[in-house]
Order: sequence, then C-alpha cells, then structure tokens
Amino acid sequence: MTTTLPDGLIVVAKADCPTCRLVEPLLPELDAAGALTVYVQDSAEYAAALPGTRHDHTLEHSWRLDTEFVPTLIRVENGQEVARTHGWHKEDWRAISGLPGLGEDLPEMRPGCGSRTLEPGIADELELAFGDVPLQSRQIDIAGADDPMEACFERGWSDGLPVVPPTPVRVLRMLRGTSREPDEVLGLMPPDRVPCTVEKVAVNAVMAGCKPEYMPVLLAALEAALDEEFGLHGLICTTMFGTPMIMVNGPIARAIGMNSGGNALGQGNRANATIGRALQLIIRNVGGGRPGEIDRAALGTPGKYTFCFAEAEDSDWLSLAQERGIEPGRSAVTLFPGEGVQGIIDQKSRDPESLVRSFALSLRAVDHAKLAMAGDAVLVVSPEHARVFIEAGWSKQRLREELEQLLLAPGKDLVAGAGGIAEGIPEKFRDKQVPKFRPGGLLIVRVGGTAGLFSAIIAGWAASGPVGSSPVTREVLL
Amino acid sequence: MNETILLDPTAESAPAQRARLARPDSLDGKVVGLLDISKPRGNVFLDRIEEQLAGMGIEVMRYAKPTFTRVAPTELKQQMAAEVDLLIEGLAD
Repeated sequence: MTTTLPDGLIVVAKADCPTCRLVEPLLPELDAAGALTVYVQDSAEYAAALPGTRHDHTLEHSWRLDTEFVPTLIRVENGQEVARTHGWHKEDWRAISGLPGLGEDLPEMRPGCGSRTLEPGIADELELAFGDVPLQSRQIDIAGADDPMEACFERGWSDGLPVVPPTPVRVLRMLRGTSREPDEVLGLMPPDRVPCTVEKVAVNAVMAGCKPEYMPVLLAALEAALDEEFGLHGLICTTMFGTPMIMVNGPIARAIGMNSGGNALGQGNRANATIGRALQLIIRNVGGGRPGEIDRAALGTPGKYTFCFAEAEDSDWLSLAQERGIEPGRSAVTLFPGEGVQGIIDQKSRDPESLVRSFALSLRAVDHAKLAMAGDAVLVVSPEHARVFIEAGWSKQRLREELEQLLLAPGKDLVAGAGGIAEGIPEKFRDKQVPKFRPGGLLIVRVGGTAGLFSAIIAGWAASGPVGSSPVTREVLL
Repeated sequence: MNETILLDPTAESAPAQRARLARPDSLDGKVVGLLDISKPRGNVFLDRIEEQLAGMGIEVMRYAKPTFTRVAPTELKQQMAAEVDLLIEGLAD
C-alpha cells in the first residue's frame, strides 16, 4: 500500500520526550514558514494549537514514516521525502526547514527518544495492522469462547496438553525465526499428503511453545521427516510403537539452549520439549495423523508427545552428524523412528571388553531377542560409560564393529519355533550366522549427565530400512 | 494481545469429507482387482477372495504394493485404475 505524503515539513513527536518538548516552541515558526504536519504519538495536547497537528493514536503515520526516533523532522516535496533528521541538531533543522535563525537559544544538539512504534510488542502489532503481511491461514474467530486454550482443545488441535493459542501476532513473530517465505511448501505431509507450508509449521510451532529461534531446527527436522527414505507415512499409521525422534548436533544445539546432559531424554528443557512437540502437532494438524483414526498404534509411546534431544559431543568421538556426512562445525538433525527408552545398567565394567558385552547382550532385546535385521536401534552412551571406551582408545566406529561381531548369532537359535517360542526368523537362516542389525542399522550417540554408569537403547521401528524407515540426517541452515 | 482471532493450524485446503463412489449394482461383466499391500498372509486372504470371485465367473487381476509402509507408487495406481472396475485391498495382517 502506498500513501501520499503531505508536502512541506513533517515532525513526528512524543509528548513525554524532553527533546520533543525542547523543540515544541519552534513549531509555530515552522508552521508560519510553510505547510507543517505534526504527528504526536502519545498525546492530543502537544502542539495542539497548530492546524497541522494530529494525534497519531494508532501509530499508523509514525509506522508508515518508518520512524525510529522522536523528534523526527522530514521534508517532503512532490510527495517524496527529500530530507530527514532526528533528535535536535541545530544545523540539520535549520538546513531542512530553510530557517537560518531557527532555535538560536537552544543548544547545538540534543538526542531524541525512541519512537513508540519500536516499543516491545508494538512493532509486530503495527506490521499486522498496516503492513503487507502474507499470512494465508484461515482466520478463526473465537470471540464467543470463554478461553482460547479451551477453544483449541475443542477444535481437536491439541495432543492432550494445553497449546499456546496461535494468534496472528505470535505466528508473525515465529516466522521471524526463519528467512524462508511463509508460503514455501516444504513437502506433502502424510498421512493426508497435503502441502505443508512454512507458515503452517510456524502456526504449530507457536502452539507447541517454541521460540522463533528454534525454527531452523524444526524446519530441518520436518524436511528430514518428509524425506522419502524416512517413510513417515507408514510410521504414522503403523500399529507398532515408533515415532519421529529428533537428534540434534552442532553449534545450534548450544545456541538455542538444548539439553544434551543430565535428563536429556526427559522433561524440563524448552527447546528439547517444544521442537519435538511441534513436529508431532504438525503431523496431527497438517497431516491428519491422529490416534484412533489413521494412527493405528496398538500401544503408542510417550515419545509421541515429544522426543528430541542433543548429542553431548566429545572431541574424542565423532558426532552422529559427522558420522553421517555433515562437515565439522555445522549443525544437523537426524530423524529416527524411535520407540521408548530401555536403560542399560552396568556399574561394574571398567574395561571396554566387558562393557561392550553388556551392551551387546542388552541390544539383543530390540524388537524381540529372537528377531534380527528388523528394527534399527540407537545406543545412547552416557559420558561415564563413553569414558571407559575413550580412555582405552576405542572410537565410536570401533565400538560399533565390536558390537556387530558380538551380535552375530547362530540362526538355529533364532528361527521360528526355536526355544519353544513360535516367534523368530525364517527357517532359511537356520544354518547361518545372523547379524542383529542390518548394515547401518545401529546408531551411537553420547548423551547424558556426568554421573551414572548407565546407557540406554532406543529401539527403532521393526520395519526399518527400505521396507519402512531409514534414519535421515539434514543440515540445519540458518 | 488480541486472542479472539486464531490461525488455523490444519490443512484447511483438504475437503472435510471425500464423497465415496456409488457401489455397483452387480459385478457382472466387471473386472475386480485384488491389491496385496505386502503384509504377511495378506495373500492367503486374497487367494480365497480370488477363488470365490472366479467361481462366480468374474475376471480378477492381482496386484501388490512393494511395501505396506508406503503409499502405492503412482505407476501402480495408474495401472490399476486403467485395468479394473473395482479394487479390493487387504489392509491388515
């Protein structure tokens, strides 16, 4: 929208600004010399005697003039701004007004005050009211509702916990967290396969409780989730447990205050909690993946509220992101179809040979001790356990290779019916040595508090790999 | 802050309900497709359906998705749409 500026001089002022009060006695002189418009942000009594004075109570004029300070003096010729100054600078005011003797008794210079248009919270409201804000989501008037949070529950937008009502101002602020356009389509959101825009991500991020600075991580996580390799469609619809779990690497994790330390898999950290929750709300609201409908999970998992944490990176071990091809110093997310958290308690092993056997034995329980090459797994190694390997010179890669060897099992013990248990792998494996995990199916991260000789297994979806879901890593672009 | 206007977080462009096609009055002269989504033992169910339909003199075509975890490839959907009048798929184990 364009507006025609009034020719002559414009002064933008605030009654409670001392410098504006300092120049107030000069305004009749400016008015006598030519056309003068005075926009007053906070009062109807400042310069009230002048015919060109307007109380700019909505701040629309101040906003359209891009006012940063008061007083601001502008000269307009033929509808175009040709000169501007702010605060009181005697030379500038004299040059712009064309009055060589203006303000003879005043000091040479006095700084002004901040414009009301830039006060916290007001700038966004003004942009929404008067700006060209390209928000396209349907506006829903809930004026009749007692409580906006209850209105969100009633519309089915919640995961069962309260959501932050997605007002236009909150969504606008969320969109400031990314340089990407609100109408950019990130992909087709399963299960309904509808286009998911950056704006819809922002609306759901507001509801989840995200800060705008989390947006780059959330957008990377969403793009990873929508990668064909990740197979989100099936993961949402399955009767099994899994759900998208987000692991974050690199400087962004520290920058936004993510938890990779004590209780990293638990509650209490805003970034961990709300980034994971936002992804789940997008699945629910944009994709239509709701339990009891197309989400057919028999039991589900608490991770379907939120499941997101950062790796406690250590210079002695390659980070998960680096292992998966991300350059050092860059940030990335890795999506994994996680089930729940199964602890490994080993407080006695002090050498890697013993501890790796503990891990291998515990990893056999993924899916079922008699199943193999079905579900992937993430092995979450705590710092105290990681130290046992690092001090013995074992890299992550060495740990993984040793685990793979230890996890080979005679097929005769695993085939259906063996051990009196009908579940098991097909008979054709009877005479083979069978690996527990498919190649690339065991991920290792270092996470957790510095006290506790405990690690954890997060099992993946039993339909891992090309048949269902593979982990996907995406760089976080700022 | 004004909290009386909220932005719709859903895929509002999707129709609320998609109308179903009318059921045919009879299967006479129709070609029926059987889609195996590749879940274990789905073929057992579909084999039996095929047997019954064939016994009624109805032509049956068989198809299979590469994996049950993903939507059918576009080529498969187009092939089925071109070749059959009705499609039956076995959804569960």
